[in-house]
Amino acid sequence: MIKIKEYVKAASLEEAYELNQKRSNRILGGMLWMRMSNAQVQTAIDLSGLGLDQIEETEEEFIIGAMVTLRELELNERLNDCFDHVLADAVKDIVGVQFRNLATVGGSVFGRFGFSDVLTVLLSLHASVELYKGGIVPLEEFAAMKRDNDVLVNIRIAKTDGQYAYLTHRNTKTDFPVLAVAVSKIGEELRVAVGARPAKAELLDVKDLSGEELNALNEELAKKLSTRVKTDSNMRASAQYRSHLSKVLIERCFEKINTCKKEGE
Amino acid sequence: MIISIMLNGKKVVDDISPDMTLFNFLRNHGCYSVKCGCETTNCGLCTVFLDDKPVLSCAILAARVDGHKVETMEGLQEEAEEFGRFIADQGAEQCGFCNPGMIMNAIALFRENAHPTGEEIKQYLAGNLCRCSGYEGQLRGIHAFIEYRENGGAACRK
Amino acid sequence: MQEVGKRIRKKDAMALVTGQPVYTDDLAPKECLIVKVLRSPHANALVEEVNKTIALKVPGIEAIYTWEDVPKERFAQAGQTYPEWSPYDRLILDQHVRFVGDPVAIVAGEDEACVDRALKMLKVKYKVLPAVLDYHEAKDNDILVHPEDSWKSMYPVGADNKRNLCAHMEEEKGDVEGTFEDCDIVLDRTFHVPAVNQTMMETFRTACYLDMYGRLVVLSSTQIVFHLRRILGRALGIPNSQIRVIKPRIGGGFGAKQTAVSEIYPAFVTWMTKKPSKMIYSRYESQIAGSPRHEMDVRVRLGADNDGKIRVIDVYNLSNTGAYGDHGPTTAGLTGHKSIPLYTGNMEAFRHTFDVVYTNQLATGAYRGYGATQGIFALESVVNELSGILNRDPIELRLQNILKQGMHMPAYFDEIAESCRLDECLVRAAEMIGWKDKFPYKDMGNGKVRSVGIAMAMQGSCISFVDVGSATVMLNEDGSYKLSISAADMGTGCDTILAQMAADVLNVSTDEIFVSGADTDTSPYDSGSYASSTTYITGQAVVKACTELTKRICKLAATMMECEEEDVELDGHVVRNVKTGQSVTTGEVGFKAQCFNDFALQVTESHTSPVSPPPYMAGAVEIELDKATGHVEVLDYAAVVDCGTVVNPNLATVQVEGGLGQGIGMALYENIQYNAKGQMLNNSFMQYKIPTRRDYGPLRVEFRPSFEPTGPFGVKSIGEVVINTPAPAIAHAVYNATGCWHRSLPITSEKIAMSLLDGE
Repeated sequence: MIKIKEYVKAASLEEAYELNQKRSNRILGGMLWMRMSNAQVQTAIDLSGLGLDQIEETEEEFIIGAMVTLRELELNERLNDCFDHVLADAVKDIVGVQFRNLATVGGSVFGRFGFSDVLTVLLSLHASVELYKGGIVPLEEFAAMKRDNDVLVNIRIAKTDGQYAYLTHRNTKTDFPVLAVAVSKIGEELRVAVGARPAKAELLDVKDLSGEELNALNEELAKKLSTRVKTDSNMRASAQYRSHLSKVLIERCFEKINTCKKEGE
Repeated sequence: MIISIMLNGKKVVDDISPDMTLFNFLRNHGCYSVKCGCETTNCGLCTVFLDDKPVLSCAILAARVDGHKVETMEGLQEEAEEFGRFIADQGAEQCGFCNPGMIMNAIALFRENAHPTGEEIKQYLAGNLCRCSGYEGQLRGIHAFIEYRENGGAACRK
Repeated sequence: MQEVGKRIRKKDAMALVTGQPVYTDDLAPKECLIVKVLRSPHANALVEEVNKTIALKVPGIEAIYTWEDVPKERFAQAGQTYPEWSPYDRLILDQHVRFVGDPVAIVAGEDEACVDRALKMLKVKYKVLPAVLDYHEAKDNDILVHPEDSWKSMYPVGADNKRNLCAHMEEEKGDVEGTFEDCDIVLDRTFHVPAVNQTMMETFRTACYLDMYGRLVVLSSTQIVFHLRRILGRALGIPNSQIRVIKPRIGGGFGAKQTAVSEIYPAFVTWMTKKPSKMIYSRYESQIAGSPRHEMDVRVRLGADNDGKIRVIDVYNLSNTGAYGDHGPTTAGLTGHKSIPLYTGNMEAFRHTFDVVYTNQLATGAYRGYGATQGIFALESVVNELSGILNRDPIELRLQNILKQGMHMPAYFDEIAESCRLDECLVRAAEMIGWKDKFPYKDMGNGKVRSVGIAMAMQGSCISFVDVGSATVMLNEDGSYKLSISAADMGTGCDTILAQMAADVLNVSTDEIFVSGADTDTSPYDSGSYASSTTYITGQAVVKACTELTKRICKLAATMMECEEEDVELDGHVVRNVKTGQSVTTGEVGFKAQCFNDFALQVTESHTSPVSPPPYMAGAVEIELDKATGHVEVLDYAAVVDCGTVVNPNLATVQVEGGLGQGIGMALYENIQYNAKGQMLNNSFMQYKIPTRRDYGPLRVEFRPSFEPTGPFGVKSIGEVVINTPAPAIAHAVYNATGCWHRSLPITSEKIAMSLLDGE
């Protein structure tokens, strides 16, 4: 259990940033993962007084404050209408309602956890994060960055016109995923993110594939892409099984997208 | 540090350590209905309402709740009894240890959705573990309660 | 009044659903020392030195104890009747630590924060020893888990600590090898069941304080108040008379709390410091240092003829008891005793042999089913496989060989099956699941297959020639009755069903009986609630006590009415002179008992039994299996149970549903995994997944009650038998969907998917 010496509810992002420069200080998200660490924290920095719990919609994008909970992400109709309900699909199996009422989008993204459904689904969208000092950084780039002392302010998802699918395999319904796959087809662009490999989610590199190949969204493509997923073993499953699941789940996401496309036509 | 919480309708002021969880705070203030079944936010036994939303009190710093409203089953006795009778009539309370958390979350469900389907009930209460009942008797009790309300039984307040 | 058979609410129900403070930690003294233990990070090591100088300086620390500070008499933590079959192989703290999690030091302090700090500051020097981490290599290994000479076996169970052997026993009837030679078909299969955990929602916990006489009061979440008193007396080296054990409401047990897991440490602290103390196990501790099911390999050899006659069964189980032998010898016995008799029909010979071995893994204990679960998974799977080989319907094949009422059971202590409707349970379960239409499978055309599977099970209703149950019944001056017991209601509702039985005998309503216990100072002796025995054994003690009390009430009433005892009858609330019609109320008799009276209206009776009549059941499952991911969705589960007379249909139904839920978890995903150092990986609810309410479909329960002549009101038992069918039934359904047998639990989606890929 985490030990905390001092607690500060930050009055401004600047104050939060200043405090966060000290190594022994921590910004609190939903506290669901952090509480389990054995860390000795000097000052716990709470962002909950900064109005970061709102989902804002503009012409081009959704701006999701770092303190928005997973439950709000799940229930936000505009957001889910826009992306084929994929955000709700990604979070609905995370433990339970009470958990999702606490867990924050900012905490999930900042943690860059291997098991993260949230990171997986967001990577498949045109998402970026806004850092207090670092400015707006594409999510892919942020996911690859080392943890630093900046403050994650919000997550932005560009409104895109496409079809979206999210699927996982879990040993029990509310367990961490054994594998998570998010696929978006945005015009000619195909984005396939695979999480819980069990390492953190990655967007598959599809640059070498032709438009024709990408548009096919068929078993062959799923098979080809699944060989690009770097899997490993842990207590939940073997690398071999995860590789097999990659193919199955990518293909099933394709099927869903193809159905959405047909319905859209 | 000094915090002030509206706990079950009463203002409670206390000097706490910054890493005290809301769970410990509540038990220290006589809310013994709040239980802990794990340390990893998986069991749902410590469910309480924070500003009317069901949350896991084991995962919240009491410091964070300063100035907010918290309700436990101690403050919801009438509703707990009204619904709990239906669980009791199935014998599904069994050891009872998970009951306060499950019943709190069920009350939250009924407030959000007065006529949940079986699937919606299972989805909403998925984070409330029970090892005695196999869940089936709880589900029967919930359905019986919904039917009772739909047939004009006293409505949940709020 | 007919109270037996009614759907009566549990007496404690409304307190529980409204969250009243009725559990150990709610009732513990408010100013209590917090007790925690430092646990070994090594699987096998000697504690060379514990430097506690700095830790003792932490403000608030009251005491720190190490192996040098505790009594040197070994004991067993298993809650069993003396002399226990479990070996005396434990000390409160031992210099030799034998698994990752074995206690090294006890720390007591005024709050959790200071105790946690002190634990971090204890400096321990270990001499790390090589460990036995594979139970297949434990027997006669050079590394001994218990090399000490002070190790003691109390009962001839074939134990030998110099061979890592906690027990070895053999039983054989008929010409086993000769019959095998004569059989058309012999199947020889080995199964594996891991050490699944009970995961009752309330972890192990105990609070202790001294009473006004200086005696040690132990308030504990336990199933075994009297055994616990004896265990603590021996462990602490103090007279049992100096100890009082009280059980408040407990948050589930399932057998876990038939072992004294948490009690010894705070009891020692309070005895030494004379101050109140408590120890609350974390979920992590409950996982890594609890008392889960024994991991077992079960090898079944089954001989049959082409016409389907099952003629001979040979079961061998290798059981991993871990670092200590609690419940080791006894669980292993049930693996054969409570599986083989299911096929008594044409049985000519059987053999059951077992080895129970020590390893450097966590010690195991009692979990619902208690060894029978492992044996039934293995045997039922083999019978299902046989039906496939013979191309016979598994229901029909079973009916050809099944145990029927009136049969003599050579494989079950030569008892007669006086009450048995197993065949009807089987037929009905098959009917409920739609066996005729659904067996073996249906391809849904979308990569998914629906299939069905079936299994039968049995258990016991007590430990014959051992268990003792008692009840004290007293008439109060308002005509109500007090029923005092020390059987342990752990959520099962035994307080209520025993009151129902008392009410039935005394011809009053269950509301008029209040129940008190369990408390070793005030309730009569009872072995405790385990071995499915409470309804059958303690229930009969209740009937005896109420019958005797009725006589005494009549006698006193006859004195009051100045008539002959033979002329009066107790009729609910009045005692009537049948000749004159004169009557007195039971309240008046109660008052009379309190005034110028030397004739007690309080009766204590005990009961024991030379037989342990098995309850039976059949379980049928329908699953939908995803051939690509291997995912199994349990769509429907039909269970039909013969538990004898059903005392309270609500509570019996929930017992079945709860057991099925646990069985489904065990079949599909509950798993205990270790790393190479012997550290358990599934040490939390994040990593050890039990079913949520989303993880299976409806559980449907029916009863086919037989009438057991030796049981009160014809009852047998229900608590344990209900966990035994899901694993074999689901394994059967998975076979019917895929053509692959899975003989190692859990049958994870990975195993299923990979077996299908291998088959391609």
